[in-house]
Amino acid sequence: MNTPADPMAEIRASFFVECEELLEALQDGLQTISDGPEDAESIHVVFRAVHSIKGGAGAFGLEALVHFAHRFENILDDVRNGRMGVDAAALKVFFQATDHLADLVAACRDETPPPQARTEELLIDLDALLGADSPEKTPAPAQISFEPTPVSLPFDLSDDLPPLPPLDAPAVQEPSATSRGFDILFTPNADLFETGSEPALLFECLAELGNLTVDCDTSKLPVLQQLSPETPMISWSLSLETTAELAEVASIFEFVEGLCTLAIMQRTAPDPEADVTPSPEQPLVAQTDLAVEDISAIAPAQKAVSTPAPKSVVRVDLDRIERLVNLVGELVINQAMLSQSLETSGLSPHSDAMNGLEEFQRLTRDIQDSVMMIRAQPVKSLFQRMARIVREASFAVGKDVRLVTEGDSTEVDKTVIERLADPLTHMIRNAVDHGLEDVATREKMGKDPQGQVRLTAAHRSGRVIIEVSDDGAGIDRAHVLKTAQAKGLIAADAMLSDPEIDNLLFLPGFSTVTEVSDLSGRGVGMDVVRTEIQSLGGRVTIHSDPGVGTRFSISLPLTLAVLDGMIVEVAGQTLVLPLNLVIETLTLAKKDVQSVRPGHPVIEVRGTFVPVIDLGLQLGYRAAATDFEGTAALLIRDEDGTRAALIIDDILDQRQVVIKGLNDGFYRAPGVAAATILGDGQIALILEPSDIMNQAFKTAGTPPPSALAPPPAEGLHP
Amino acid sequence: MTDTPEVFELLTFRLADQDYAVDIMSVREIRGWTTTTPLPHAPSHMKGVINLRGTVLPVMDLADRLGLPPRGQNDRNVIVVVTHADTMTGLLVDAVSDIITLAESDMQAPPEMATGPGTAVVRNLSLIEDRMIRILDLPAVIARPEVSAA
Repeated sequence: MNTPADPMAEIRASFFVECEELLEALQDGLQTISDGPEDAESIHVVFRAVHSIKGGAGAFGLEALVHFAHRFENILDDVRNGRMGVDAAALKVFFQATDHLADLVAACRDETPPPQARTEELLIDLDALLGADSPEKTPAPAQISFEPTPVSLPFDLSDDLPPLPPLDAPAVQEPSATSRGFDILFTPNADLFETGSEPALLFECLAELGNLTVDCDTSKLPVLQQLSPETPMISWSLSLETTAELAEVASIFEFVEGLCTLAIMQRTAPDPEADVTPSPEQPLVAQTDLAVEDISAIAPAQKAVSTPAPKSVVRVDLDRIERLVNLVGELVINQAMLSQSLETSGLSPHSDAMNGLEEFQRLTRDIQDSVMMIRAQPVKSLFQRMARIVREASFAVGKDVRLVTEGDSTEVDKTVIERLADPLTHMIRNAVDHGLEDVATREKMGKDPQGQVRLTAAHRSGRVIIEVSDDGAGIDRAHVLKTAQAKGLIAADAMLSDPEIDNLLFLPGFSTVTEVSDLSGRGVGMDVVRTEIQSLGGRVTIHSDPGVGTRFSISLPLTLAVLDGMIVEVAGQTLVLPLNLVIETLTLAKKDVQSVRPGHPVIEVRGTFVPVIDLGLQLGYRAAATDFEGTAALLIRDEDGTRAALIIDDILDQRQVVIKGLNDGFYRAPGVAAATILGDGQIALILEPSDIMNQAFKTAGTPPPSALAPPPAEGLHP
Repeated sequence: MTDTPEVFELLTFRLADQDYAVDIMSVREIRGWTTTTPLPHAPSHMKGVINLRGTVLPVMDLADRLGLPPRGQNDRNVIVVVTHADTMTGLLVDAVSDIITLAESDMQAPPEMATGPGTAVVRNLSLIEDRMIRILDLPAVIARPEVSAA
């Protein structure tokens, strides 16, 4: 079963992919239950998810996972059958159990030792739930201790096999008169075993319902030489004494529906002596028909709840999509080359060729958008991971925190989602640890003792905005300022505006908490968060209101593959600037440019002064220009509102460009984000204006810290 | 001649009238000079990047890297595209000369000399028709030198 042969490894891999989806469904279901009134559908979904994980895990012999999933499933089963109610405490344990299940899946996947101690801990919690929740019930169903000792079926291949002994699960003999008798004929198909189902487990579930007698029919077994181990030859006849309804009995076989020949017959009168052992030759046709009827009577109801919207989904290797994306990138470049050469060939703009080209352009763009959409994924999985972080973090610091998520169906490039996990985790932990006050303080302030962390995602003007906000105390600016001064990050007499103080949090080596808590003080500061987000082409800004809360806003490009750019020329070089940052183009006259002090030119734009950055000088292409008469400039503004005028020589074009990454071997200079290939086959660098601004203000020697770099002119004219 | 246990095929090229060689297995292609896009603030031996069929290829002025006077942009220069550790780099050289086969015994270690920008990158020396061939240690050439002015 656990021979790690190659085909097996593939199946294993797909099992773990499935597990992730199931865990997501599980999380979702629990969230639905916790948000609204208990509904049967969500409970079913939750139960099914755990059950499927268990089934798969069993097929791969992942004992630890099976062990835990089984116990978890048992409890969920009680919930499903209405034997147990779900309250907040139970939900909390369920969430923890789900987290742990995810850990176990991860441990099994990476073949690391499973966290055994935590398993035991949670099992005790789960058992406690059962104990606490069903005191009025007969103790038996609750106390069934399911030691998941694999039930070994004694195959001795002789014709007169002794009947399988009744399973040692304690029988529940309800004294009530509603006890019914069922005769069940169960013949598994080969498919049943392929899906990882296990008859013994089904029988265990049956035994839970009442008094079960199991007889195994081995008469169809051939002699050993003719035995095909893949073909199941055994059927069972079971007789069950229970108070349960037919539907309940049938529901046990819910997961093997269609994978076996099943007949469930209800005896008219309870017959405690029922030990009907149907002869193997007994014609089964009639019974099977009956069973089909029975099951189909139940099935529609269940189908209706389990699959609300069947969507057909194809799983594709990421490499293939990657290739497609690259090819489309090539296509876009080629199209640009073609249009450039057609334009230079002097064709009339109304010629067929040019019209065709236009159509081609539109199609390319459509293809590109569609391909990008393949890579896009809802941020839901990311948000779910954050839900777990909130649970763990709030538990660690003893705060009561609720996570509210919004817009989790917002789609973002897969790479972005993956790389966003770490920075977001850090920000969430920060919000719980530093952002929110403790319960006592909150009560004193007249706030809801339960803190709230909001995580939202939305599309806004071609970018994705992800916000992490809390309703805590806001940033303690006096404290931040003092810390920054104490650490020598800013001059002792520096006068900073509120947003500037907030931005101090992003300085490397900054931490407001004096004692490093094991939660957020892991050496990963907000500077790392900012760097990571910037490397994704994003920006992060802070907004804080004392007493009301803090909001971190991350703005990310929709995709990492294309960019709407403004193509400019500087000192003979072609450069690309992200179009969304350009707010205005200007032509400078000599009188427009003033100098704050030598080397610090500013221009006046409608009453405010904006620092001027000579792009050619900044990138080392040429010496500083002395005369700005008639030069073109781009007024840019980055996410935190910092503005600057970039001096350029010419604006060439405005078009979509394909981003080609520059790896570390390229001596990437600050301010250069990536490269692209232009229509003429030449490479142009894509600039990162906020980096350039930072760089420029730093080299200009202004005292404020480099990382936030408030432009000197804005300091003068707030 | 007797069959040698291990032979090396090398691509030789000229640089400022000197002969250099690299392991031919690391050479991906040889292409003519195209205008490079300079990278701001890069070390002087990084000439810039070029478009190699859709990928961005960094080009290094090998002469500058080895401490020779930098080559000017010249139509006759060629770019030897080499791969090392899955990354491609273009080496700007004067001209490609030949492909030679050398046995281990034909190569000797360079004598110990004062360290300079060009010494650590020469792995072996060999003599062919009275010309000294300097066999380059490609990883050392390509490796980003620990920048002192960081």
